[in-house]
Amino acid sequence: MKICVLVKEVPDAAVEKRMDPNSGRLDRSGETTLNQFDTHAIEAAMQIREGGAAEVDEIVAVTMAPSEAGRTLNKAVALGADRSVHLTDDSLAGSDVAATGYALAKVLESESPDLVLLGQQSADGECYTIGAVVADHLKMPSLTQVIKLDVEGGKLRCERQAEYGYDTVEVELPAVISVGDAINEPRYPSLKAIMGAKKKPRDTKSAGDVGIEAGKVGQEGSRTEVLAVNPPEEKAAGEIIEDEDTNETVEKVVAWLEERKLLA
Amino acid sequence: MSILVYALHYEGEFNKNSLGAVSQGAKLAKEIGGEAAAVVVGGDDLTDDLCSTLGQYGVSKVYRVKGPEGLAQPVVDAMAKIIQDDGYKYALFGGGLLGFEIGAGLTARLHAGVTMEVTAVRAQDGKLVAERPILQDSAIVDVGYVGEPGIIIGRLNAFDIQEGGDGSAEVQDVDVSFEDHSTKAVMVERGEQRGADVNIEDADILVAGGRGLGKAEGFELCEQLADALGGAVAATRAVVDAGWYPYAAQIGQTGKTVAPKLYLAAGISGAIQHKVGMQNSENIVAINKDPNAPIFEFSDLGIVGDLNKILPKLTDAVKAKKGG
Amino acid sequence: MASAPIEFPPPVDSAEEFIAAPTDPEDERIEVGVVIVGGGPGGLACAIRLMQLLAEDEALMESLGEVPVALVEKGKGPGSHLLSGAMMNPSAMHALFPDLDESEWPTYGPVDKDTVYLLPNGKRSVPLHPIPPPFKNHGNHVTSVARLGRWLSEQAEEAGVYILGETTGYRVLVDDGQVVGIRSGDKGRGRDGQELSNFEPGSDLIAKATVLAEGTAGHLTGAAIRHFGIGSEDPQQWELGVKEIWEVQKPLDRVIHTMGWPLKFAPKYREFGGSFIYPMGEDRVSMGLVVGLDYRDARFSVHDAFQELKTHPMVAGIIEGGKRVGWGAKTIPSGGYWAQPRQLWAPGMALVGDGAGMVNVPTLKGVHYAMHAGMFAAEAIVERLKNGSGEGVADLSNYQSKVEASDIDKDRYKTRNARQPFAKGFFVGGALASMMTISGGRVPGGHWATHDDATVPLFIGPEREYPKPDGKVTFDKLSSVFATGNATRDDAPNHIRIQDKVPLEVALMWQNMCPAQVYEVPDEELEAARADGNGKLDGKREVKLNITPSNCVQCGAITAKGGRLTPPEGGDGPNYQVT
Repeated sequence: MKICVLVKEVPDAAVEKRMDPNSGRLDRSGETTLNQFDTHAIEAAMQIREGGAAEVDEIVAVTMAPSEAGRTLNKAVALGADRSVHLTDDSLAGSDVAATGYALAKVLESESPDLVLLGQQSADGECYTIGAVVADHLKMPSLTQVIKLDVEGGKLRCERQAEYGYDTVEVELPAVISVGDAINEPRYPSLKAIMGAKKKPRDTKSAGDVGIEAGKVGQEGSRTEVLAVNPPEEKAAGEIIEDEDTNETVEKVVAWLEERKLLA
Repeated sequence: MSILVYALHYEGEFNKNSLGAVSQGAKLAKEIGGEAAAVVVGGDDLTDDLCSTLGQYGVSKVYRVKGPEGLAQPVVDAMAKIIQDDGYKYALFGGGLLGFEIGAGLTARLHAGVTMEVTAVRAQDGKLVAERPILQDSAIVDVGYVGEPGIIIGRLNAFDIQEGGDGSAEVQDVDVSFEDHSTKAVMVERGEQRGADVNIEDADILVAGGRGLGKAEGFELCEQLADALGGAVAATRAVVDAGWYPYAAQIGQTGKTVAPKLYLAAGISGAIQHKVGMQNSENIVAINKDPNAPIFEFSDLGIVGDLNKILPKLTDAVKAKKGG
Repeated sequence: MASAPIEFPPPVDSAEEFIAAPTDPEDERIEVGVVIVGGGPGGLACAIRLMQLLAEDEALMESLGEVPVALVEKGKGPGSHLLSGAMMNPSAMHALFPDLDESEWPTYGPVDKDTVYLLPNGKRSVPLHPIPPPFKNHGNHVTSVARLGRWLSEQAEEAGVYILGETTGYRVLVDDGQVVGIRSGDKGRGRDGQELSNFEPGSDLIAKATVLAEGTAGHLTGAAIRHFGIGSEDPQQWELGVKEIWEVQKPLDRVIHTMGWPLKFAPKYREFGGSFIYPMGEDRVSMGLVVGLDYRDARFSVHDAFQELKTHPMVAGIIEGGKRVGWGAKTIPSGGYWAQPRQLWAPGMALVGDGAGMVNVPTLKGVHYAMHAGMFAAEAIVERLKNGSGEGVADLSNYQSKVEASDIDKDRYKTRNARQPFAKGFFVGGALASMMTISGGRVPGGHWATHDDATVPLFIGPEREYPKPDGKVTFDKLSSVFATGNATRDDAPNHIRIQDKVPLEVALMWQNMCPAQVYEVPDEELEAARADGNGKLDGKREVKLNITPSNCVQCGAITAKGGRLTPPEGGDGPNYQVT
């Protein structure tokens, strides 16, 4: 079984986040780190390999990023991937969700994985969607918010958290599964693994290498446009009550809650 | 036809989220001079009566598709067909797991623009503009669509339910032949409820306690109020650290992020490490004896006083109001 | 009798716990050529210099195996834990990169104008003429060490150094009296040290030579000095600096230093220090307040005094309409020449940089000294390896000689008694310090002993009137910690060793000293102390402190004042970007 794990580099929490005035999108030029949720995906792949229910020949970390994705891929490899693939091309800059999903699907096509894993959301705001976009292009079944994943007889048995409760779903391979952070506790890489990461093979691929059509990616291929970036609505200053007569205070609070239909 | 809205049903009812989306779709369709319709996918429990109730929220038509419940990809197939056959300009979702999965799949299928975590939508020059917060809600982006259709996925519960249709909508059955891959996921068990613990991320009302409670027993006051209000109890990192409440209830930078309709913070100072976990709450009420506590800078209602006096009386008053 | 923190020593015996023989089975030990602990300017300069020298000697490079040079850094990466002013003397960069033009350095270039102000109060500022010599910065580059660290790390990696971020140097490995490497820290332990489900033990890294470049309050450095008995007679002293980076509307055209307000320099308070404001390019400034940790009033808080400083019209004018984009805190060793270990090496090991106290105190410069020392260590190690020390480098006295012959020691000998006189108060101290500089170190002569900051007796003064944080110009500690990107997990093991039941005056001192609000005296304890003292706080009353180690930004102040900062889990703490 070949598992591809999609990993994303996201701006580090410490970096002052700002919008790029030119593209209207998040300025990603600052320091980056491996998206926390993707570490859970890598761990899930490792647990499938170590669990023994399926023979995993290869775990490949795949990312689409500007040229400096090195640190993210090194970390993914230190956590257990056997090799990494870096899709990078100037034409991909400014891609939105649809374009990114399409581009990732094309590079995954060239890898022919049996299972694609990824974190369900990323620290920089994109959430729950890339997996579904990729799956549609690859024509594979897909689920998000998966918090339990078992391989049983060539199929996947997944539990996922929906807002109305937990679903148990059986999925045929090949499939695309987005995992939630509740699925596992990612391991820490050993020092040996960190040092060995540099030596694991890395393929760098351009858009042309995997057959990406230029018109479908980048700023040009984007089907949304940022019209404006505004500060949020000024919240009206809150009311303050100094409690002197508690009975009175409590009456006021109840009235306030009722006004807002919070006592239904 | 302008807007196609997905409505999720579960155990014979359309959920609150979907009704909000349907209301919103109907309202917006009017504003751009068009009409809105809903689409539902499921089995025999999607009776004519049930489906046509969506008309109360303003849609004129409900497309009904026979297919598996609770899975996204068959719905993608269904909506793609309807949008292409009947020429819809926008697809609208009320957020939630399936809203995201379906919206995203549709984005790929129709090579369409998509905006997620949308908190508001408005009509502008005959088109729709979606507003979404970014950078931890420190800015709002206005997003427009290039070409058709445009896909709008709302933040969970972002759209308000508004009744106001003529009453019943026309139900139209649609035959959809599903893609191969859409049949490869099979629901084994749907919507299992787990454990007695309320998942605080889903609660509409949260009563949160911090160090100002003074001691672990202080949480009894919070539990009683939460009970009266019909909500759940949450906690700050400091008190979880001190062992006064379990980690599952922790809100903040290193805990959970929530956005309930009401967040009542008792004895919480409002340091940013906590704030980032609850700042999107619709209504924030704070009780603290320190008038300089940072939480009063972003609460909607602040009470400066002794929570040991206020909480029990508030609990009684709420009970009285609800019971009476 | 006022209490001093030294009466409550931290529960740690660093030589015992942090020096030991290797424990991994032989085939699991990782062998490298040279291991460097610390990804700061000193450690990185050492790493780069080593690779430069090895590149000229293929055979030697080969003999060091697959990993000739490995550098471990406890932050996310080199730069994450680096913080300084800084006005860097360019000599070390020139020595390390002789072919690189200054314009290509990752610094903000030199600044022509210098001004020093005496702030007599919160309104006025008096420029001092002429500029006191320590404050002349002609030719020095405004530098963000966080940025410099990242850049040096890139150069090091390109040269073939293995940079291991998120990795703590936990223990110095000693076998038969010789340092044979270090042990990296464990990961995945819980608050009380228990192994969690994803526990990953550290590894023994065996090396022919070990360089400790840990920076201020270096933990392994302290342990090694004690173990090998190579310390100085005089104890080390520290200053605590809290700084911010601001985006500003009007470019600043000069380097500014201030003395005076809001510090209380009367001998009763003894708040010695000053502030700096440096332009970082056209649109930013780096500014901070540095204060000696031998102050006396338990109510004093460097962070809050710094916030207060920003309300002074001279400073407010610079940041008006601007926005804070960074914050951080770190200590600086200020014992100078006399507090430096008398021997900078032990068999198999060399001590480099701030960890060994290589800071020139009146000028508060140490970045270039650290880099020079790192380069000397590299050169000394290669010299020995070339002469056939295949078994590890036992004698690094050649490193000591290089340091003694260099400006590192010569400059600091000239200012060896510059800081100590300030123990006598600001004006006497100031006069003596200036004499020291003007006389090229001859006056005052002799040896003025340094003193241990933790021996300073404390008192609880009246409540300070620090400004209430408004979130625009002045900020509270917690939101500042947040701005550093510190997301240390809540159940990380507590890396701070401290007695948590101490007299109120010590507890309050720690609470106010710590820029990250790690130590707090619970309200109930304060109430009780007030009750006991009939309305006044009873400083002698024992209280139990609340400790939140996950706030810690690893500045090192607690090590100076009676506690001990031990190696935290790798990857924790701040992720400084431009400090």
